[in-house]
Amino acid sequence: MTTTDAYDLLVIGAGPAGFAAATTAADAGLTVALIDAGHSAGGQFYRQPAPALNASRPKALHHGWRTYEGWMRRLAAHVASGSVRHLTNHQVWAVERVPDAEPGGSDGGFAASGDRATLFVAHALVGVEAARSVAVRGRALLLATGAYERQLPFPGWTLPGVVTAGGAQAQLKDSLVVPGQRVVVAGTGPLLLSVAASLVQAGAAVPAVVEAADPLRYARHLPALLRNPGKLVEGAGYAGTLLRYGVPVRTRHVVVAALGTRRVEAVTVAKVDRSGRVVGPERTVACDTLAVGYGLDAQLDLALELGCPAGREPDGGWALEVDDGQWTGVEGVWAAGETTGVGGAQLALAEGELAAWSVVARLRPGLPRNVPARPVRQRARLRAFASALQGVHQVPRFAEQLRDDTDVCRCEEVPYAGIRDAVTDLGATDPRSVKLLTRAGMGWCQGRMCGTAVQCIVSELTAGRAKAVPPSRPLACPVPLGVLAEQAGDPPG
Amino acid sequence: MTDSHLCDVVVVGAGMIGAACALYAARAGLTVAVVDRGPVAGGTTGAGEGNLLVSDKEPGPELDLALLSAALWEDLAAEGFGAGDRLGGVVEYEAKGGLVVASDERRLTALADFAAAQTAAGVRNRVVSADELTDLEPHLAKDLAGGVHYPQDAQVQPALAAAHLLRLARLTGAEVRLGETVVGIDTDAAGRVTGVRTDRGRIKAFAVVNAAGTWGGAVAELGGVHLPVLPRRGFVLVTAPLPPVIRHKVYAADYVADVASDSADLQSSAVVEGTPAGPVLIGASRERVGFDRTLSVPVVRRLAAQAVALFPRLATVPAMRAYRGFRPYLPDHLPAIGPDPRRPGLFHACGHEGAGIGLAPATGLLVAQTLTGAEPAQDLTPFRPDRFDDATEGAGR
Repeated sequence: MTTTDAYDLLVIGAGPAGFAAATTAADAGLTVALIDAGHSAGGQFYRQPAPALNASRPKALHHGWRTYEGWMRRLAAHVASGSVRHLTNHQVWAVERVPDAEPGGSDGGFAASGDRATLFVAHALVGVEAARSVAVRGRALLLATGAYERQLPFPGWTLPGVVTAGGAQAQLKDSLVVPGQRVVVAGTGPLLLSVAASLVQAGAAVPAVVEAADPLRYARHLPALLRNPGKLVEGAGYAGTLLRYGVPVRTRHVVVAALGTRRVEAVTVAKVDRSGRVVGPERTVACDTLAVGYGLDAQLDLALELGCPAGREPDGGWALEVDDGQWTGVEGVWAAGETTGVGGAQLALAEGELAAWSVVARLRPGLPRNVPARPVRQRARLRAFASALQGVHQVPRFAEQLRDDTDVCRCEEVPYAGIRDAVTDLGATDPRSVKLLTRAGMGWCQGRMCGTAVQCIVSELTAGRAKAVPPSRPLACPVPLGVLAEQAGDPPG
Repeated sequence: MTDSHLCDVVVVGAGMIGAACALYAARAGLTVAVVDRGPVAGGTTGAGEGNLLVSDKEPGPELDLALLSAALWEDLAAEGFGAGDRLGGVVEYEAKGGLVVASDERRLTALADFAAAQTAAGVRNRVVSADELTDLEPHLAKDLAGGVHYPQDAQVQPALAAAHLLRLARLTGAEVRLGETVVGIDTDAAGRVTGVRTDRGRIKAFAVVNAAGTWGGAVAELGGVHLPVLPRRGFVLVTAPLPPVIRHKVYAADYVADVASDSADLQSSAVVEGTPAGPVLIGASRERVGFDRTLSVPVVRRLAAQAVALFPRLATVPAMRAYRGFRPYLPDHLPAIGPDPRRPGLFHACGHEGAGIGLAPATGLLVAQTLTGAEPAQDLTPFRPDRFDDATEGAGR
């Protein structure tokens, strides 16, 4: 097909949700463009070492590798036949909705109340050098843009040697390098055990796993847990590894500070109560690296810009609201994976598949509907599990540990005192007005790192009266002005 | 929380205009309550660039207002702020001057004529040659015909300016009530304003100032009067921080025509300027598309293209973010300022379109003067809020 033609489906993001959706849609006869910033399909979960490293056993670092290989074989067949166009190293900065130029040519395009059908145009920067932008057109859009790691500030968190838990794992998967010799793993969420297990297996010492949540809270969610024996076995596997290597897991504990001059040399750890408030004495744990993560925040920039409704999750994050077919409620737009609620790779696969079936039903109304029952069951089970996890692993209270000079926004170096004063003295009542008055969230990461922290601080300072709104980022990533100024080109044939 | 609270005047809106009205009213000795459903600077104020421009205004009442305001901004900026600081420093006031450029001789002639008319109205400006442009702005494109330099153009960070003016108003005794929504304007049997109702109670007052910006029409409606405030969308692009490379507010001569345009189509010409924090702002697209918040790729493309045309070295600089806002405008592109003859006790201070930050101090001063019965510093006739009524005046709904 020529590149100026519209694909049936644009899939943004080639993680588990995206590749499952692209493959399933192509199975049903749709033409698909699968657009992703990575060098291969798989997203954060199925990250692979760069090909140049010739890793012999990448699967040792992954759970469910055989499932992944099965999907990759099917996807490769569709790429070879031309029904899926996989655009790697393409970072989408905006998706535009335009009227379909060819009336008649849009079988199954979306017409809003008898108007002309609309097309979606994904604008993507090409390659790391981002020297040009291409436009890819499609009749339907599936957003599988994943999530990024949630960070919370604490004194010392900007010291070299403090890395994100997911970042430590990504480094291991990408380049087979451990981030340090003695790594404390801290924060909250199921990722911590898996990161710690990967680290000890790769040869690093892990003096402690510091988990803010109370494991007893799992008792409230027993039904959801018992429906997911596989997940429990997976978790037990990590726990077993940690036990074998003698790694202590301290639950209801948080890292209150990272200590060191040029680099982190130790962390102080303290016990917290159910609300996350520090109650116990502090103790010091020596380390050369701290890998810390407080769960994931979904990447919703493109979806919110298109008007997709979002709601709050049990752990305080934002997620798109979708129906049983993963439809967002905005004509022509579907979403799957972490964008509709953080829940892991298996859930993302099921959602991607179901989203694809829903798109097929919409674009090809004549085809017999045979949505398989398996992903429907899987999604129900795994979503219940994900909600249970989120309910247990909530963001702990952290503002009391901050000092006046602790940077909350590290890009713009905005300290806690600046944010507090903006709220108490200057009339900010939400993260946006804090940003306008302090520059918190205006830097390179555009508030992806400090956004949750600022929201929590504002909520606490305004006694919960602050209205929470998801952040708005009309440009999903930085775009050189010269590239923006040029007319969009087509992706290379 | 008081159920019934008494003050002289309730200002509806905690944006730049509301902040200025509150400050000047408080300084005139009135007790003031400012009420806003959102935070400080939550509407158009927080979505603007902070232009204090005289250069883009043709001779007439708005230019007079801008000149009065420019002088008031200078005074405000010079006020002390804590230990050794000035308010101007805290709100990033920069008297940097504006530089309007023309791409060819025809546009330069038109621009010079426009500037000459402004000079007669009290604007300081100077026509500069193509060579001189390079001295003023070393990184400007080399193929421009010339331009006009306006030393009175200045800039503030608008959200900080509104927040600090409100803070000063509070120090002068004003009460600021954020996150509180005005749901009604109370009147007595004679139709005179007696206060406002909010979602948290009642505030009794002798006067209500409508400084609700783009939502000014809705607040007027609560007072039973018609004020046709409409939204005009604009996008601003913000680059990654740069070392200071752009010294003035620089824009292309077509801009002046855009402000007065009655076209609903896109009118944009980039205003490009540096900020103390480093990022370059590229702004001022103008469209009438209601409250549609969707990013318009053609609009941001055009902004970027114009910025790169003015400053070619910006081509490799990343745009970090885009933001949008809705300028409140009235059909004749002049604000509504002063008492509403149709509803005694109701005052308006809204509809400043893209110029509200610049025009705020003069608006605040004029509103305070009319509230206290003093002689206004400028004739308010062109800003009368009832000037859009078809029928004859009356205290009517």
